[in-house]
Amino acid sequence: MGSRGILPPPERGRVRGGGGLLVAAIAVFLLALAALVVPARAQEPTPSDDEVNAIAKGLYCPVCENVPLDVCPTQACAQWRATIREKLAAGWSKEQIQQYFVEQYGARVLATPPPTGLNWLVYVLPPAAFLLAAYFLWRTMRRWERAGQSPQPPASSSDDPYVARLEEELRRRA
Amino acid sequence: MIANIGYFALVLAFLASLYGAGAAAFGALRQRPAFVESGRHAMLLTWPLVSVAAACIITLLLTQQYQISYVASVTSRAMPAYLKITALWGGQPGSLVFWSWLMSAFATAASLRRWDRDRELLPWVVVVTMVTLAFFLMLVIFFENPFARLWQTIDGQQVTAMFAPAGTIPLVPVDGNGLNPLLRHPGMVIHPPMLYLGFVSFVIPFAFAMAALVTGRTDDRWIRVTRRWTLVAWLFLSLGLILGGRWAYDVLGWGGYWGWDPVEIAAFMPWLSGTAFLHSVMIQEKRGMLKRWNMVLIIVTYSLVIFGTFLTRSGVLSSVHAFAQSAIGPLFFAFIGLTLIVSVALLLHRWNDLRSESQLGSLLSRESLFLWNNLLFMGILIVCFWGVIFPLVSELFTGQKVTVGPPFYERATGPLWAGLLLLMGVAPLSAYGRTAARLLGRALWKPAALTVVVVGVLIARGVTSPAALVGYGLATLTALVTLFEFARGAWARRLRHGESLPLALWRMAGRNRRRYGGYIIHLGVVLMAFGIIGIEMFQTETQGTLAQGEQLTLGRYVVVYNSLAQFDTPDDRNVARAVVSVYRDGRYVGELHPRRDYYYASQQPMTIPGVRSTLEDDLYVILVGWEPIATQGATFKIYHNPLVNFVWFGGIVFILGTLVAAWPERETEPVPARVRAAAAPVGA
Repeated sequence: MGSRGILPPPERGRVRGGGGLLVAAIAVFLLALAALVVPARAQEPTPSDDEVNAIAKGLYCPVCENVPLDVCPTQACAQWRATIREKLAAGWSKEQIQQYFVEQYGARVLATPPPTGLNWLVYVLPPAAFLLAAYFLWRTMRRWERAGQSPQPPASSSDDPYVARLEEELRRRA
Repeated sequence: MIANIGYFALVLAFLASLYGAGAAAFGALRQRPAFVESGRHAMLLTWPLVSVAAACIITLLLTQQYQISYVASVTSRAMPAYLKITALWGGQPGSLVFWSWLMSAFATAASLRRWDRDRELLPWVVVVTMVTLAFFLMLVIFFENPFARLWQTIDGQQVTAMFAPAGTIPLVPVDGNGLNPLLRHPGMVIHPPMLYLGFVSFVIPFAFAMAALVTGRTDDRWIRVTRRWTLVAWLFLSLGLILGGRWAYDVLGWGGYWGWDPVEIAAFMPWLSGTAFLHSVMIQEKRGMLKRWNMVLIIVTYSLVIFGTFLTRSGVLSSVHAFAQSAIGPLFFAFIGLTLIVSVALLLHRWNDLRSESQLGSLLSRESLFLWNNLLFMGILIVCFWGVIFPLVSELFTGQKVTVGPPFYERATGPLWAGLLLLMGVAPLSAYGRTAARLLGRALWKPAALTVVVVGVLIARGVTSPAALVGYGLATLTALVTLFEFARGAWARRLRHGESLPLALWRMAGRNRRRYGGYIIHLGVVLMAFGIIGIEMFQTETQGTLAQGEQLTLGRYVVVYNSLAQFDTPDDRNVARAVVSVYRDGRYVGELHPRRDYYYASQQPMTIPGVRSTLEDDLYVILVGWEPIATQGATFKIYHNPLVNFVWFGGIVFILGTLVAAWPERETEPVPARVRAAAAPVGA
């Protein structure tokens, strides 16, 4: 999705102005340290943060409940993301990684319950209830409609509360 | 001393509410008006008493009385005065007092109305409101006492109790723990009172409904009396939800405003049933139908209000709102069960008396469309309810903990929302009784044709997602139908009265605030739908670790990392604040300051995004992490949120529409009815 690039490196007076053996030694040490760290940052890490987040988005750690792993700021969640990165680097697929976390911490790490056993209910019950209610409503409305075919009091012809009230009262007296 | 006064006031209020309920019920059953009046007087006493208690808590909070356990747990010396005051609802005991205070205020306000046309309802309104109040006051007095003090035993153990337990000495901490940092936000200062106002106002229509059931008044009097209460309740609930969303967007730092968190859903569920109720009561008012169904809806709404408070306050479901956990769950559970059983029993008792006064004229009528609307709202409610309780069901029966997260709710409710949008487009054109398909088609074809054009333009501009096209199509249709309704009505007035269009529009809306307020609400919903579809379907994100001067690209935006500063603040925070430059299409558009605040006292980090907002989109930058040495490298997460500001803009329109609908109308109308009937659009 996103891409990274490097702008021309800013001029750094502090580095150019360095002199003396001690400073040189420190500079060499820092450069060596930088050599260890910088290349990993200067290039796209493999796998990228986005690849890690794509998987983390669908996972929840047991402590920070209801906060998806990709945005959770805690240290524990950062470690989980590091684990995802390691597994991705080792060539694991998304499903394998998810399965790994499920085995370690249980099904609650998944954003939705896996469709097994009792969990089927979570997916089946709402649509079933809705369809049943829709069918019931349809039947009821048909029944009402048939009953309504017989002469019925006229509907109010206006949204005007005054007129509506008037009509209603007249109807009730009729 | 102040604590004792406050506690005493609470106990008196509790006794007054119990007496009020008992006396009113006795008076009504034994036909003794003096007892009813006495019960009402007891009710009038509760508000001043709970006010005294609330004032005592605020005084203790402001004067930093840290020997009071509640004061120590929610405030600290470093907090500004306004946060100390709002800490009244920053924790469990205080917020229950606040709930009780609102309940007693609303009960008092309801009892001060003119009762000449429905006096028989009064005792039962007193009973329902006072029983509800007594329940909350009982929780406060016996389980969540905000006035309890801290004590220390000889062996150094800390005890919390109202009066000195044997062998203890008072414990006075030097400073308090401070308010949960997540709550130190203007949105969060207003959000809980709004939700509570919404929750508590819904108790009033419920009380009238129960009074109607007990007394056997089967007309729509209870609905007419409480129409404004319902609208006000709904207004505050909507406002609370919108403000909560804005707070989440500003403070929680995950690029969104709604996470389908159980506590969000807890506040959303009464809104859903309340919205269905608001629509279906119109059918009862117009046609004398759906009397039983409206009773069911108000019972469900009341139960969901208590259930919502229960979810937030009992800690039964762990969530990001878990700051108010305690052991009062079983009591809530028992209260919900009891009120549900009693109200359903009353409904069944009156079942045959609540027959419809008229029948359905046609399957294509406003009544039937409103019924489908109710079905869809209840469908969404079922999804929400089931999603919230399923983890408990699963744990109870299989011992397995599961998460029911956003993908479930989004997939399950998406089609239902689409159905609601469609109904919003069609129902305003339909008539009560019977709608001729030909007439409906004639009213609908122009907006429908324009909608097809809009969808065509979207396709031409590269939108390929069928869900987005359907969503935008339906939202456009609804917007056009609503605007056509305004235009047609105003045009008719103009022709008849020779008024200018703006004046005609103003007068037309003013004369039928409920209908046109409703249309404005629909327009607000459409705007929100534009925003929601935008962010749900087209949100993009990227993340990267940058050295100073490096950049991250997302679509047309480039974000360059400039610097990061880390410092302590006087209010006991450590702030890491990054500075990034934002370029759009290569042009510099400004600087953003995403930051991470760490609260030492509560050891809690808080992610505050840097956001660049325009009507078209938001660029939302989060500081995910940074290198502790030299602050050379920092990790940023960037979201591109298209159209997200339509959500807030639509929210404002929505609230305005509700205000228009709830605004009191004059009782007498000077304009002859037939003129207005003729000026009303098709289907009126």
